[in-house]
Amino acid sequence: MIQFEQFELANGLRVIVHEDHSTPMAVVNVMYDVGARDEDAAKTGFAHLFEHLMFGGSVNIPSYDEPLQRAGGENNAYTTNDLTNYYCQLPAENIETAFWLESDRMLSLAFDEKSLEVQRKVVCEEFKEHYLNKPYGDVWHKMRNLAFIRHPYRWMTIGAELSHIENATLEDVKAFFYKHYRPVNAILTVAGHVKTAQVQELAEKWFGDIPSGERYIRRLPQEPVQTSPRKQEIHANVPVDAFYKSWHICSRSDSRYYATDLLTEVLSGGGSSRLFQSLVKEKQIFSNIGCYHFGSMDAGLVTIEGKLVKGVKMEDVEAAVESELQKIKDTTVDEKELRKVKNKTESLITFEDMSLMNRAGSLSFYTLMGNTNMINEELDRFQQVSAAALRHEAETVFDNNNSSVLYYFGNH
Amino acid sequence: MANRQVAPEIKDAINYTLELKPYQKYSLQNGIVVYAIDAGAEEVVQIELVFKAGNWFEQQNLVASATNHLLKNGTSTKDAFQINEHFEYYGSYLNRNCYNETAVLSLHSLTKHLYELLPVVRELITDSTMPENELDIYRQNMKQKLEVNLKKCDFVSNRLIDEYLFGVQHPYGKYSSAQAYDALQPELLKQFFHQYYLNGHCTIFIAGKLPAGIEKLLNDNFGNLPVNKEQLSQRSHPVEAAVEKKYRIMNDPEGIQGAIRIAAPFPNRHHPHFTKAQVLNTLFGGYFGSRLMSNIREEKGYTYGIHSYLQNHVQQCAWMISTEAGKEVCEATIAEIYHEMQVLREQPVPEEELLLVKNYLIGTLLGDLDGPFQIMGRWKNIILNELPEDYFYSSVSEIKTVSSRELQELANEYLHPEKFYELVVV
Repeated sequence: MIQFEQFELANGLRVIVHEDHSTPMAVVNVMYDVGARDEDAAKTGFAHLFEHLMFGGSVNIPSYDEPLQRAGGENNAYTTNDLTNYYCQLPAENIETAFWLESDRMLSLAFDEKSLEVQRKVVCEEFKEHYLNKPYGDVWHKMRNLAFIRHPYRWMTIGAELSHIENATLEDVKAFFYKHYRPVNAILTVAGHVKTAQVQELAEKWFGDIPSGERYIRRLPQEPVQTSPRKQEIHANVPVDAFYKSWHICSRSDSRYYATDLLTEVLSGGGSSRLFQSLVKEKQIFSNIGCYHFGSMDAGLVTIEGKLVKGVKMEDVEAAVESELQKIKDTTVDEKELRKVKNKTESLITFEDMSLMNRAGSLSFYTLMGNTNMINEELDRFQQVSAAALRHEAETVFDNNNSSVLYYFGNH
Repeated sequence: MANRQVAPEIKDAINYTLELKPYQKYSLQNGIVVYAIDAGAEEVVQIELVFKAGNWFEQQNLVASATNHLLKNGTSTKDAFQINEHFEYYGSYLNRNCYNETAVLSLHSLTKHLYELLPVVRELITDSTMPENELDIYRQNMKQKLEVNLKKCDFVSNRLIDEYLFGVQHPYGKYSSAQAYDALQPELLKQFFHQYYLNGHCTIFIAGKLPAGIEKLLNDNFGNLPVNKEQLSQRSHPVEAAVEKKYRIMNDPEGIQGAIRIAAPFPNRHHPHFTKAQVLNTLFGGYFGSRLMSNIREEKGYTYGIHSYLQNHVQQCAWMISTEAGKEVCEATIAEIYHEMQVLREQPVPEEELLLVKNYLIGTLLGDLDGPFQIMGRWKNIILNELPEDYFYSSVSEIKTVSSRELQELANEYLHPEKFYELVVV
């Protein structure tokens, strides 16, 4: 049971406090309700570029990192298609430094031309390093484009193309900031060796006078239901053929989510999972295989991907994957297999909760989803999934009319 | 109203007293030494069986790592599927890792399942059969993975720089190849298993919320293994460093970034300069605010990230600078790296920057000791490197007291471009 308190400032900033006095440290986590899905289709990659700019100085403080490091702290941030998260950890006695830094950059950034120029270059190098200069690095670019027609999940957080980042202007940056980076669209979580009363006082002192901003109402184009299979072939300079197939799934907040997640465990959650045992070990047609989803907040994808053993045909591996999926649609999983994937999930949650930083991140995420106490309720929801629900979910999701497949051919 | 112009008061992290919770140490009936940390709020446990079975001890390339990998792939009573299913049924994670000196079998589990799991761990280290069909699958899949990795400039550069530093015959310098995978035979693996696991040298590290009677449980499962009987024969591997210092390799004509590696030999952790050099390294390229990161990423935008570090080898280390930069700015990046070395040699580090780095190091050390596994990780490093018991405290004290003058002396001793290998792989 993870204890927490929550309150809201007059400007709409939601605050969560999780006391843990077994550590001398404190974590301050600020989550903004904005991700790549909120971008303009002509200006993609912005939420992520913006994350970089958040370290380029704020209105009263020229450098974010230096004062934090001087206070014995470290920090990082990440952007997903759904949200942007900033977190730092420092000795609890120096916690006010984190309030000072985080509140000043929520108040306003410095909006420095030089910082924008440099970070544009840095992000372009990140784009090259992770997506252009790596074998198979463009797969998700292609898959998102194939599987989504309208929903902004059709581009990656790094952006649809380099030019969107190269062309970003300071005006764009300002507009994005004042639309999304306001107290009313943010969640502050403070965890560790702190007292709720102390956090209340510090939150009022540092965040209380920041103008509330307008609540962002998300009106994203909805993805139409897919009615026929999609397929694309790619030829690239890679040594091994690879297979990728995705199906649309429900959103993170849907009650079906838990069954979907357990399905991926049954299919590929370890050395005794079905796809691994059947296709890597017995049939030896894949050299590796995985089945996963991103837990995205809007309806996203579940994907099966693997690299083909040399000499095996793409059509044959797809048939073999489909035949495994047919089994899980035709026959209910037995009690032992269901117990196994639930036990694994229980372990996973317990190990994740060991880290203070993870607890602070999860508390923020569940608050963003609308119920902070999900942190204590999730395991139970997994436990309640029945074998019948699992089978029903498999039938719903693994429908060929709901699928997008990429045949990724190498040059050999 | 808060005054935003003025930073809040801080307590300098160097004024903190750091404590590393002591371990309990005992021996099992057969002499296996157990190090135990009983701590933490969650009902979880991590147990690591560390064997002296790294690639230091193999006669043929890849035998150590293949043997370590196949520990999970079959015994005389269970096949790979049954073994995996057993550990996964109880929601546990059984991992194996092969390093240079050591090879490890580690289990992460909820404490309540330990009784069902340890007997099978015992089975793996006494009765692994290294099945031929499992080796065939492993060989085929590893060769494919290697083929993909060889397309990546960072992967290729990591192999080559180690080869230059240590020689391709040395355990720290050698690497995999399709031919080496092809040469693996079940008999070699069985032999290696027999000598270095079954009759080998084992130490146990256990951390987490330990159940009552853990000592008996360990004795029941591991106290009568035939290990630790003989002293391992010492093997020496001479370092054969490359003569040529500068390399430019074209790996992928279509590549748009170059992987840069700059490295020079550096002594191991026993050397009196090691901890002080870690402070200098942090300042140079070891954290986000470092000189290299500030100049080459934040000022010039040549790269997404640049890092320097001291390698973590037991015998002989290297000081390494590593980055991926745009193809057209690789040479400019290297010039800036050398420029930052020169600044460190010629100008003392300002007191304010030094204090910042010390606070950062102590603060992150404080944060790293988050839970029993991390505490054990610190101890394991000290024990396996055969460092003095007070190493943690003496290095904390060195970090707190090292002076700007000492850092400049170190820079003048070690940070000379002519001592460094220089490699760019595009």
